[in-house]
Amino acid sequence: MLLATACGGGEGSDGGEVTLTIDTFGVMGYDALLQQFEEETGIAVEERNVTDLADYTPQLQQNIAAGSGAGDVVAIEEANIAQFLSQPDRFVDLAEHGAEDRQGDFLEWKWEQGTTPDGKIVGLGTDIGSMGMCYDTVLFDEAGLPTERDEVSELWSTWDDFVSTGEEFADAETGASFVSTIQPYFRAVMSQNGGAPYQDEEGDLVLESNDDTRAAYDTVVGMSDLSANLPIWSEEWNAGIQNNAFATLPCPSWMLGHIENTAGDGGAGRWDVAAVPGGGGNWGGSFLAVPEQSEHPEEAAQLAQFLTSVEGHLGAWEEANTLPSTVEALESEEVTGFTRPYFNDAPVGEIYATTAMELEPVYYGPDTQAIDDAFRAALESVEQGQADADEGWDTAVSEAERAAG
Amino acid sequence: MRRLTRLRAAADTKGAPYLFIAPFFLLFGVFGLFPLLYTAWVSLHDWSLIGGNEGFAGLDNYARLLSDEKFWNALVNTLGIFAVAVVPQLMLALLLADTLNRAIRGRSLFRMALIIPYVTSIAAMAIVFSTLFGTEFGLINQLLGTVGIEPVNWRGGRFSSWAAIAVMIDWRWVGYNTLIYLAAMQAVPRDLYEAADLDGASRMRQFFQITIPMLRPTILFTVIVSTIGQMQLFTEPAVFDTGGAMQGGTQGQFQTVMMLVFQEAFRYGDYGYGAAISWVLFWIIVVLGAVNALLARTIKGAP
Repeated sequence: MLLATACGGGEGSDGGEVTLTIDTFGVMGYDALLQQFEEETGIAVEERNVTDLADYTPQLQQNIAAGSGAGDVVAIEEANIAQFLSQPDRFVDLAEHGAEDRQGDFLEWKWEQGTTPDGKIVGLGTDIGSMGMCYDTVLFDEAGLPTERDEVSELWSTWDDFVSTGEEFADAETGASFVSTIQPYFRAVMSQNGGAPYQDEEGDLVLESNDDTRAAYDTVVGMSDLSANLPIWSEEWNAGIQNNAFATLPCPSWMLGHIENTAGDGGAGRWDVAAVPGGGGNWGGSFLAVPEQSEHPEEAAQLAQFLTSVEGHLGAWEEANTLPSTVEALESEEVTGFTRPYFNDAPVGEIYATTAMELEPVYYGPDTQAIDDAFRAALESVEQGQADADEGWDTAVSEAERAAG
Repeated sequence: MRRLTRLRAAADTKGAPYLFIAPFFLLFGVFGLFPLLYTAWVSLHDWSLIGGNEGFAGLDNYARLLSDEKFWNALVNTLGIFAVAVVPQLMLALLLADTLNRAIRGRSLFRMALIIPYVTSIAAMAIVFSTLFGTEFGLINQLLGTVGIEPVNWRGGRFSSWAAIAVMIDWRWVGYNTLIYLAAMQAVPRDLYEAADLDGASRMRQFFQITIPMLRPTILFTVIVSTIGQMQLFTEPAVFDTGGAMQGGTQGQFQTVMMLVFQEAFRYGDYGYGAAISWVLFWIIVVLGAVNALLARTIKGAP
């Protein structure tokens, strides 16, 4: 019985009433929105949330492949969207449910990421992860560096400047490191170059032919000496946040919540947000799609539309600070006027909304998540001194070949 | 009427036993045998997580496996962790069982305490151990620091990671094996020990010349069970790793065969190859089981 109820992806309950299931991961900020949707439409919605994306994605892949078990609406992360776009017949074309007019609402690259080359609308954008650079004002002060966010932004207009600032910081011997681990900087540097960093639109690997990717890798490897070698998302890394073990962290808007929750009250006012070197960049963000297997595609599309409308985006922004991917929401007073007290009242809304408008579109191929993982391991092995830069690169490339093969 | 009753009675006595064991075989067929055979079938195909069956591939997946460094690396890791974990585990369990078999104060309490790690949730265990074995903020490195030992990057090195994983495995399984040994020890006739006492044999001598020989079948049983379990080692190294990518460390220094299966099938979407690896692992376990059984027969024959 338990199994039956747990797997029943949105079966109509008694008397023609419709219950929809929505699969989400992480913090999407949909509590109030779903309640509002239920009240307005009379359609019941059940949210099934998985915290960790690494657990969520394989489960979703299997449910989509098996043709059953997925929710009526499913969230898909940026790194995986291409993989699902490559099997468009498993998803409802949202153009048939009134989404065809919405192209103008979204940031252009976000819209394109969710649409197949022949124009089928598979995923509607939810949030984006445009970047800021979080820095610890107390540590910066101890190291004799400026602490005002504008002055800090001026310290590093390029990544080379960022590294030399880091060296200056290291010379001051505060006891802390400049970066926690070099891995997140890789994604930050790479996304600034735009284009296709890992795979082209045919799904072929371009690691060896795209010089930007190797250049991003080399830039980031150059930070190894500044690193605390704390693997990202590990207990150690969180302990590093609590113990002020490092001074900077690339901060997509969703990272702010992580710092605030991890550092707790003791860290209030310590961190601030400056511009990211090299300008802009995006890390993460999601889409909503309706699997073909849904028994209520019409209602499911309605829900996906609602959650990705300007109103829906603003609701999620208010609840969880997930940065909207619609232009109108990005330009709204709710976003641009938003400051975050925990981060010295940094005008985070304005910082993120501005960089969001300047982003270069990036194409993430079908195996992006696996290739990301391969680079993460390679970069960690280099910063921990188990491999040199070339060995790390070769390992990452051969893993990427396995993943894409 | 009467004939019918008799027939039914006959069917009852003849058929009932089969009926009673049927549920097991039904469940085994559905959840054991079928997946096993299906895995063999999948392993002979190009089979992707998303696209499904993409055509017959013959033994290609197996040929690839033979020359795949990552497979051999994973096999070495699995066997290595097995050796580092199981030998001390069973010896420790024997000593603990022997101690608890004596008349010591609070015996029941200790016996119950032994099983606690076994019933502790793996998620809780994962958090505790990843905190203990942290490089910068880990308790173990802090303790080592007080005696002047440099911090160890537990996940970074091959042997250090094996050792840390072995500690996690043993923490969980020592109690379980101790209880099995303890049960077997209580079945050893008391008069053997009394006779040995009269002859003036020391505790140590009694342990080696009475307890161990009497426990031989039990020890073999635990060795076989541990072998089967450890060859499929997955949970401990997976939670010890950072991130859910099943890489087993930055360079695969503690990636076990099962982690490789998971990585290939679910992270890289290559079901066919994942199935081939698990099928080969199955045969390795069968062979190791057979070796164990042979040994058991030889040892049983010995005086």
